[in-house]
Amino acid sequence: MKSFTVLEGLVAPMDRANVDTDMIIPKQFLKSIKRSGFGPNLFDEMRYLDEGQPGQDCSGRPLNPEFPLNQPRYRGATVLLARENFGCGSSREHAPWALEDYGFRCIIAPSFADIFYNNCFKNGILPVVLPATTVDKLFTALYAEEGYRLAIDLEAQEVRTPDGEVLRFEVDVARKHCLLKGLDDIGVTLESAAAIRQFEDRWREQSPWLFNMIGRGQV
Amino acid sequence: MAGLTLYDKLWRNHLVEQREDGSALIYIDRHLIHEVTSPQAFEGLRLAGRKPWRLDANLAVPDHNVPTSRDERAGGVAGIRDQVSRLQVQTLDDNCRDFEIEEIPINDVRQGIVHVVGPEQGATLPGMTVVCGDSHTSTHGALGALAHGIGTSEVEHVLATQCLIQQKMKNMLVRVDGCLQPGVTAKDVALAVIGHIGTAGGTGYAIEFAGEVVRSLTMEGRMTLCNMSIEAGARMGMIAVDQTTLDYVKGRTYAPSGALWDAAQAAWADLHSDADAVFDKVVTLRGEDILPQVTWGNSPEMVLPVNGYVPDPQAMENATQRSAAQRAIEYMGLTPGMAITDIRLDRVFIGSCTNSRIEDLRAAAAVVRGRHVAPTLKQALVVPGSGQVKAQAEAEGLHEIFLAAGMEWREPGCSMCLAMNADKLGAGEHCASTSNRNFEGRQGIGGRTHLVSPAMAAAAAIAGHFVDIRNLQEPTQ
Repeated sequence: MKSFTVLEGLVAPMDRANVDTDMIIPKQFLKSIKRSGFGPNLFDEMRYLDEGQPGQDCSGRPLNPEFPLNQPRYRGATVLLARENFGCGSSREHAPWALEDYGFRCIIAPSFADIFYNNCFKNGILPVVLPATTVDKLFTALYAEEGYRLAIDLEAQEVRTPDGEVLRFEVDVARKHCLLKGLDDIGVTLESAAAIRQFEDRWREQSPWLFNMIGRGQV
Repeated sequence: MAGLTLYDKLWRNHLVEQREDGSALIYIDRHLIHEVTSPQAFEGLRLAGRKPWRLDANLAVPDHNVPTSRDERAGGVAGIRDQVSRLQVQTLDDNCRDFEIEEIPINDVRQGIVHVVGPEQGATLPGMTVVCGDSHTSTHGALGALAHGIGTSEVEHVLATQCLIQQKMKNMLVRVDGCLQPGVTAKDVALAVIGHIGTAGGTGYAIEFAGEVVRSLTMEGRMTLCNMSIEAGARMGMIAVDQTTLDYVKGRTYAPSGALWDAAQAAWADLHSDADAVFDKVVTLRGEDILPQVTWGNSPEMVLPVNGYVPDPQAMENATQRSAAQRAIEYMGLTPGMAITDIRLDRVFIGSCTNSRIEDLRAAAAVVRGRHVAPTLKQALVVPGSGQVKAQAEAEGLHEIFLAAGMEWREPGCSMCLAMNADKLGAGEHCASTSNRNFEGRQGIGGRTHLVSPAMAAAAAIAGHFVDIRNLQEPTQ
C-alpha cells in the first residue's frame, strides 16, 4: 500500500450529502476481477452523458459539462471536498479503488459511512473529518478561488489552508500508523499468529460447534 | 460495574488481542464469500503466497451476477450470457477449487443470496462473528451474532489470518414497544427507524433491536430488520437469542446436533444484554405508531407513511437537506404535495436479501391471491432468495398464485436489487421494490426505486399505484 505523509494538492468539490457507493462506482463496473483501472469510471453516471459499460474506452464518451471533475479548473485534483455521510451504501472497495485510481489521495467531509471510511485506509487514501461549518467555509473558499489547494499533514493531523489557517483533525492511532508507513495489515496481523492460535485452541475447546462443520473437515 | 450489552459480550468472546493504540484483533468464526468482492482478495493471497488460515470457516456462493431467468440458468455458469458476469462467477468457482473452499454452485438447490443461504444452512449460528464482503451482512445479527460487511482488503485479511483489526463501536439500543398494526411488517419497522434516526444516525454504533415488537417478530422478520441496519449507518444490527432463534436454528445442515446442540444452547443462553447494561444512545418507537412505509427519494431516510405527501423542499430549513430533497424530487419525477398513493408504477420487484424469504413470499401471495396485476404494469418480478425458498414456495403453491396474477417467478439471486444481471429498470420507470436501497441508478440508470414491504409491493402491483395495505379488501371470488 502507498504511504501517506504530507499531501499538498488541488481541491475539487463534490457538493452533495449522502454520496453513495453506487454513485462513486456504479454496479456494472463491479464485475471486474481486477483491482485497478476503475478511475475512468469514477462517478460514471454523473460524469458522462451516456451509459458506461465495463471494459469500454472512456476517452471518446460524451462528458457532462456540469460535473465539476469535467471542468478544467479541477483537472489534476488530489483532494476531494465532500459533504455529510460520504461513501454510504455498500461495502464495495471498488469505491476507494476508483477514487485512488483517478488520483484522489484525501477526502475531506463532515462525516463518512463506517465501511467506506475503513476501506480508504486500506488503499492509501486519508479520509479527514472536519466540522460541517469548517467544510462550509472550505467550499466557499474553493469556489471563490481557481486553483485552490490544501496541504494535509497526517503526522501533525493538520489541514493547512492557503491563508495560513491550521485545521486539526482526529484519526485513530492504529490507522494513522499503518497509513504513514504504508503497512500491509496482513503482515502485521501475522506477527500475532501465536496469539491467534492460542485463542483458536481455547475457543475450539469452548465452542466445538463452531469448527469443522463445513467442507472437508466436516464431522 | 454496569452490565454488558449483547455487543460487548460478542466482542469480549472474540477478542484475541487488545492493542495499546486502541485497535483490537477480533477472531472471525464465519466468512461468507460471493463472486463480486472476492476475486481481488484471492489474487492477493496468490501474489503473497498465502493460504487460507482455516478452510472450514468459509462458505462461498455466487449470487450478485447470476441470471434469474430459467432458460439462461439452465446452462449453469457456461450459460451466463453476459461474458463479464460469467467470468466473475467462473472465477469464484476456480478460486474455491484452488483454495479448497466449500462452495454452493450456481444451480445447486441450496444456492441463493448469501444472506439468505447463511442462516438457512445453519452456517450462521448464535454467538458467532460473521463477516462477508457485502454490507448487508448485518442481516445475520438477527441470530444473536456479531455480523458486518467488510471490504475486499479485509476479505483477504480474514482469509489469511482468521481475524480482523477492529475498533470497538458504541452501543445503540433501538427499542420498539407495543405491537404492530395488521399489515405492518418488519420492513416498515426498519424504514420507520431509518426515517427517525437518518441514514447516518447509526454511524459509529452497533445497534441492538429490542422491545415487544422485535421479540414477537419471526426470524425472517428479524433478518429484514437487521439487514437494514446499514441503511441507518450502522455496520451491524443484532437481536438477543430467544426461543424463536433456537427453534429456527435447530436441525439446519451446519448447526450442531445431539450433545453438541445441548452444549451450544447452554452457551447461547448468555446472548442478551444484561438488565443493567448501559447504551450510549437509546431510541424508542411505538409499534402502534408505525404505518406502512414508502420511500419517495434517493436515500432510505426519505421515507413516509403510505398516507403521506411528497414534501416541499422549500419548507426545509437545513440547506443541505433542502438541496438533497430538491434533487431527489427532480430525479424521481415527483411534485411536492403529491400523495404517495398517486405514484404510478411501471415495475414491481419482490426479492433481495431484505425480503425474499418464505414469509415474505407468503405475505405477497396472500395479497395477490385471486387478483391480477394492473394492466399498466410492465413487469412484476418475484425472485426467491434461495433454491430452498423456491422449493418451499412451490410446495405451498405460491408460484401458481404469482403466475396466475401475471407475475414472473424466477430463479434465486440478487436480481433487480442492484441490477448486476439482466433484471433492471429503464430510465424514468417507477418501481415498488422490497429491496434496501433507493439510490439514483441503483436498479438501472435513471430508474426510480420506492422501497416497501412485500405486502405493499404486491398490493401496488395489483393497483398499479401505492395503496394502503390496511385498506385492502378481500377479492370477490
